[in-house]
Amino acid sequence: MPVQCSSCREKRAVLKRPKTGHSLCKECFFWAFEEEVHQTIKAAELFKPGESVGIAASGGKDSTVLAHVMKLLNERYNYGLDLMLISVDEGITGYRDDSLETVKRNQQQYELPLKIVSYEELYGWTMDAIVKQVGLKNNCTFCGVFRRQALDRGAIMLKVDKICTGHNADDVAETVLMNVLRGDIARLRRCTAISTTSEGDGVVPRCKPLKYAYEKEIVLYAYFKKLDYFSTECIYSPNAYRGHARTFLKDLESIRSSSIIDIIHSGENLSVRDGVKMPVQGTCSRCGYISSQALCKSCVLLEGLNRGLPKLGIGKHHRLHDKLLSQQPLTEKEERKLKSVDF
Amino acid sequence: MHTCNLGKYQFSIFGYRLIFLFFFNSRASELLFDGVKEHQVTLPGQSDPWDMKQLLVWIQRNLLKERPELFVQGESVRPGILVLINDADWELMGELDYQLQDQDCIVFISTLHGG
Repeated sequence: MPVQCSSCREKRAVLKRPKTGHSLCKECFFWAFEEEVHQTIKAAELFKPGESVGIAASGGKDSTVLAHVMKLLNERYNYGLDLMLISVDEGITGYRDDSLETVKRNQQQYELPLKIVSYEELYGWTMDAIVKQVGLKNNCTFCGVFRRQALDRGAIMLKVDKICTGHNADDVAETVLMNVLRGDIARLRRCTAISTTSEGDGVVPRCKPLKYAYEKEIVLYAYFKKLDYFSTECIYSPNAYRGHARTFLKDLESIRSSSIIDIIHSGENLSVRDGVKMPVQGTCSRCGYISSQALCKSCVLLEGLNRGLPKLGIGKHHRLHDKLLSQQPLTEKEERKLKSVDF
Repeated sequence: MHTCNLGKYQFSIFGYRLIFLFFFNSRASELLFDGVKEHQVTLPGQSDPWDMKQLLVWIQRNLLKERPELFVQGESVRPGILVLINDADWELMGELDYQLQDQDCIVFISTLHGG
């Protein structure tokens, strides 16, 4: 039995909104979804007229919907933004090369400039080459750390004022859960923030306009709008820990759909009591990027790769930073510990 | 991306003709359905109308190759898989109790992969 749209009361409803329980037709859903993103942007004052904004684009559903909606709202509400797409090429054959083709089509469809920065050009290593050396166990650590910096470097090359990413409500809720489970208080405190301020040179402020958008709605928005996106999982094993958090969250959502927004709400309102030890943000003495250690994670990982000691950046080896900085050789025992990669 | 194309198939007195579309990431799709995204099937006739609950059992027995837990959980689909019946959210159509009609088009979209 078809259900009528609860907004226009004319057309057939096509979805039940997880956040509100409303049944909406296609047109009313598109409007509601876009307006909510606009309200999020306005309420948090994410952008100022005249700014140039880089949209982090992977070719996946979230960033494709983000690019589409940002372009649309920029025109509908005269944000006065100069939009462009930034993509990171991790160098993963059969995955990123295909998804970058999608980004290139998006560039044509949305008529936005596109900048692709590659791990190979920035670090001298593709993920394919990294996996060959480190195996399939800690490769996601390399990829995650390198990607964060790569986006910043791309943004600086394009001279954009801000980066926006396609993180959705489900992603944020998942991150809150993971930080609780790992006891990562520093990240727990900042992971629900909708935007970051510039933390120093070489770090471009970031924001998440889709922070309150449910994944279900993003997928259905892309489906009903027939947006061109790419949906393949990375060939180098999914992030297992995140996968568990995700499954747990989806199970909760199927019982009570507000769970996702509720977890975000909890994260937003947590406060960390005084006296909890927090890492002090400084800068990397080698590359100048933000770091709470003498060397940033990216430089340590890279040093490990270049020395053939892949485990250098995995786990805690802060004691070795001084040695690395002064280019002293490591002892045999230290080397042995960092070399073995268990598969 | 495909959407449903209704009216493509002739009515059959022997049962229901249905179209399924599965949008999963390529690895899950390979395990579950040998990578085949679109399935046109004819369900055998039975005295009572088919409902979604029975259909999921039928899919599990007849279409799924490996790792059925990537698709079903209990008697429903795994949380995180969206179901559209004739391009409408199945949550509006009674979910498992929905009674299938001839030439229905059912779309399954997995949201359990990266964006």
